Amino acid sequence: MRPPITPFSWQRVALYFCLSAFLVFFLAPLYVVLMTSFKSLEEIRESSLMLPPQVWQFDGWAKAWDHACVGLSCNGVKPHFMATFAITIPALLLAVFLGAINGYALTQWKFRGSDLLLGGLLMGCFMPFQLYLNPIAITLRELGIFGTAFGLILLHTVYGVPLTTLLFRNYYVSLPPELIKAALLDGAGFFRIFFHIILPMSPSILMVAVILIFTGIYNDFIFALTFGEVGKQPVMAALNNIVNSTYGVKEHNVNMAATLITAFPTLLIYLAAGKFFIRGLTSGAVKG
Amino acid sequence: MQSRSHVLTSQLVLLPTLVIVVYFLWGFTLYTGYLSFTDSKFLPSHNWIGLKQYELLWSNHRWKIAYANMFIFGGLYLFFCVTVGGLLAILLDQRIRLESFFRTAFLYPMSLSLVVTGLAWQWMLNPTLGLQKLAHDLGFHGFALDWIVSSKYAIYTVVLAAVWHGSGLIMVLFLAGLRAVDEDIWKSIRVEGIPAWRAYLSIILPQLRPFLLAAILLLTFNVIRSFDLVVPLTKRSPCFATDVPAKFIYDYFFARSNIARGAAAAVCTVVTVLLIILPYLYHELRKQK
Repeated sequence: MRPPITPFSWQRVALYFCLSAFLVFFLAPLYVVLMTSFKSLEEIRESSLMLPPQVWQFDGWAKAWDHACVGLSCNGVKPHFMATFAITIPALLLAVFLGAINGYALTQWKFRGSDLLLGGLLMGCFMPFQLYLNPIAITLRELGIFGTAFGLILLHTVYGVPLTTLLFRNYYVSLPPELIKAALLDGAGFFRIFFHIILPMSPSILMVAVILIFTGIYNDFIFALTFGEVGKQPVMAALNNIVNSTYGVKEHNVNMAATLITAFPTLLIYLAAGKFFIRGLTSGAVKG
Repeated sequence: MQSRSHVLTSQLVLLPTLVIVVYFLWGFTLYTGYLSFTDSKFLPSHNWIGLKQYELLWSNHRWKIAYANMFIFGGLYLFFCVTVGGLLAILLDQRIRLESFFRTAFLYPMSLSLVVTGLAWQWMLNPTLGLQKLAHDLGFHGFALDWIVSSKYAIYTVVLAAVWHGSGLIMVLFLAGLRAVDEDIWKSIRVEGIPAWRAYLSIILPQLRPFLLAAILLLTFNVIRSFDLVVPLTKRSPCFATDVPAKFIYDYFFARSNIARGAAAAVCTVVTVLLIILPYLYHELRKQK
């Protein structure tokens, strides 16, 4: 129950004790991974998991960044990082732009069948990607873009559009109709209304969509693993390859540094723009 | 007449989306369903063999493990995410200090990929150097935490990592629900002198039903997608112990080149999930109206 703010009581002590226990549970893996990445291999074997390193070493980070081995190429996560951004940014722009204009079209210029289209899009959102893998492989091969960055850009755009469309539709559905009527009287066309009236009204939903889709594409594993370009797989596939490689000595410090480098972009976005991040995660869910 | 040209443009703008819906979503779904009735191996074949693939699938030992794991993993994952997330939301709703700090710390795993989550927990649970060693170092020599390499318990490590990753999301959802509870209800609870735990259990939580529905739908979606977590976390798990349908399907599509069997497994997975989720959804939505 929400009590008024009271001075000391045992209940409050128990409350903060519980919160701290959960805090340990949630922060421990991050802390352990961080500490491990700065230890030497010898210290990892000798010292305690929870202790900070006695000697802070940066070798693991350097190696993870530019010469850890992903399969046969030993250039670290760096090239994969660049490759991921080269895929994420175009797919992100396409999916968000299409989603915005779709949301506008579906709410302001309805036609027979437009609700059916929306329904088809919605149902498709909940199907697991496994169902699509084989037809995707065939389609990409037919188009001659199997195992290329273009293939991944296409996939992430195609499977990002349902999500962005729903996001923008739910936002635009409550726009006052007078807005469009006034623009029509001025003789504004479809695109003019979109670019000059609708888009300038949507900075917050754009932010939500960009963050949601960026995180989704950047964190993708299954498409990266299956359809990624050999030697230039997106980071998540590369990371899994580095850490779970079966040969050589297990370099835990390098592995943990690679994990952290890879996790950094989305973690940073979360810390910098948590509000939009949360809205994106919960928007699909709460609307119903 | 001006408005008609706008509608026409709207239809043109939606053409790519129509292609996505018809081809990439529904077309692909139906095509996979179709393949499950053929004898496709490495390449799709159009030789119709009826339900043969399904018979072979259900006599496959590995598939049975994967299918059972979906229920073990899914059930425990839903249960713990909802209880931990719900508890965290209640704790955060007590007008505590540093609320935004705690909230940030409980939710940050959600920004990490499942691959990162899996690898971090793989390291924590490493039997020679992880938590087990820590306990031994501290003098608890009998402490055993070698689940990750055990064929019996490895699936529970997947649950642990998944709950760590997902309960923050449920917390945020429930917290939004708790904040929406009318202040008058709290006033009357205080006037009546109902103890806090009682008030939550029988008055407040039942009001959060729509939020629970949303939470369960989101989590169920993650259960089907569990591939991303299982592969990095338990790469060397013994005897397919942590196989889930997602991984089984993937292996049959690509590593084993048995497309039709993988397709049959995909159909069984989707049908199972729909059979569970649709009646629940129907029941809940009818109730809300």
